[in-house]
Amino acid sequence: MSDLSSVGIVAPQTAHFSKPLALQCGATLAQYDLVYETYGTLNADRSNAVLICHALSGTHHVAGKYREDDKYPGWWDNMIGPGKPLDTDKFFVIGVNNLGGCHGSTGPATINPATGKPWGSRFPVVTVEDWVASQAQLADHLGIRRFAAVVGGSLGGMQALQWTLTFPDRVKNALVIAAAPNLTAQNMAFNEVARQAIITDPEFYDGDFYGHGVVPRRGLRIARMLGHITYLSDDAMGAKFGRKLKHGEIRYGFDVEFEMESYLRYQGDKFAGEFDANTYLRMTRALDYFDPAAAFGGDLSAALKRAKADFLVVSFTSDWRFSTARSREIVKALLDNELAVTYAELTAAHGHDAFLMPDPHYHAVVRAYLENME
Amino acid sequence: MIHVPAQAHRHFAEAATERRDFAAIARWIAPGAKVLDLGCGDGSLLGYLRDTLNVHGYGVEKDDANVLACVQNGINVIQMNLEEGLSGFEADSFDVVILSQTLQAVYQTEGIVLEMLRVGKEVIVTFPNFGYWKHRLQLMVGRMPVSKSLPYQWYDTPNVHMCTIHDFDAFCAEHSIRVSERLVMTDGKAVGVLPNLLGNLAMYRFQTA
Repeated sequence: MSDLSSVGIVAPQTAHFSKPLALQCGATLAQYDLVYETYGTLNADRSNAVLICHALSGTHHVAGKYREDDKYPGWWDNMIGPGKPLDTDKFFVIGVNNLGGCHGSTGPATINPATGKPWGSRFPVVTVEDWVASQAQLADHLGIRRFAAVVGGSLGGMQALQWTLTFPDRVKNALVIAAAPNLTAQNMAFNEVARQAIITDPEFYDGDFYGHGVVPRRGLRIARMLGHITYLSDDAMGAKFGRKLKHGEIRYGFDVEFEMESYLRYQGDKFAGEFDANTYLRMTRALDYFDPAAAFGGDLSAALKRAKADFLVVSFTSDWRFSTARSREIVKALLDNELAVTYAELTAAHGHDAFLMPDPHYHAVVRAYLENME
Repeated sequence: MIHVPAQAHRHFAEAATERRDFAAIARWIAPGAKVLDLGCGDGSLLGYLRDTLNVHGYGVEKDDANVLACVQNGINVIQMNLEEGLSGFEADSFDVVILSQTLQAVYQTEGIVLEMLRVGKEVIVTFPNFGYWKHRLQLMVGRMPVSKSLPYQWYDTPNVHMCTIHDFDAFCAEHSIRVSERLVMTDGKAVGVLPNLLGNLAMYRFQTA
């Protein structure tokens, strides 16, 4: 059975870049690969390209499946496909794995050509600005001068916003969803706990665990469990698990007693088996460092003066990790610069994860915005 | 630039024939002005002003369905609750701030009017006149008024702060608001004599600078 609203079977591609990329930290990557996927068809005047920027644990696999019997499609398959809100009959959609990632683009687990060994701890700390710079190289490679839209949620939303600042003339619309103009101290604190869990895992070996044939699973697992708590709202966890017992009775021990624990452990184990610890450290640092207003004395309006894009900003009421108040800061700075902006503050129970959920109203707003985009 | 679908243009023009205050509001607005429309509904007024006067600006709306309608109509809309103030907007950042037939449906009436005066160089407020003779007549016979301008039953009305033209005049005097123009209408026609009795729609214009 083929699903007509799915982009169907997809395959990743790899672009190699031999032009050195100067990073914000001062290091230079002499060469690198970016792995990406595309859906839909680039039109003759190359004006229908939409870039999807992924969040902390996302990948270039945004929609479709690799094989018919894949258990899950790409991470934003409910949003992207023929007839879906981001309609691949109309747009040429690009998903890209960020530099420093662990799904094919050059990252800490990649062999460093200079040493013949995995980069490990020596892979530079990359930033949102670095990602945008590398994504622009990919756009050049694909012959895309200007994106119809750059779209992202969470850390992806930060990239969409950064696109409008680094390349104001290369992005017509930015969809900044469940994002923030920077992280609060509390938000960075969660990242620090997650990193400490990884760094203090004896199997982390200061980031050079590859040669030891081990993975810092315990650290990754705890980091992910912590993350999951912050992506859900209290209400959503309550509705999903409440105080439900795993075995129907209390067993007076420290193995899984409550359903919630079972869920967190499952998520942690799954993640530890597939995600790279060094990538996790770098993704959280990119979140921490993102702060376009910093160079303008904290004045976000001054920072966004460069932007020329039209904006759709979306936030979700129960999202406490990237709260509605933070999105409103972005909106205010856009209003101060008289940019075209629409702001939807959506009632949602799912917390930060709401941006990935197929809520009909959320999807209708995104669909309507994309349909009216010039 | 947002692309505005053809049916949206038609919808704006139709709305202006229904809502007689649209054309009157337009006469008070300079071409190309920067406009903020509070409680903008589906964006019809902004769309009409954009089509007729080439204004630019934003709508403010709290209702999900209306926000979606605005996006579908190609209107820049900010979803927020007016009752919480306009802290997302800088002082004097708009040529005109409009509150069109929404005054009677807000709780923080005083706060919202003061916020409009802060944000706009000029303010336009329109509201249904509770003092209209048909409303008085219905009260005389002991029923809550229901009319073209107040089309709700007492139990389902969104209107919480009804006032008459005299009430609003007194409100402006008490708050030292200088009214630069007032227009009272009934079914789209200006009312000259006994406006508080014969008019069902009141329009006020204030300058803040």
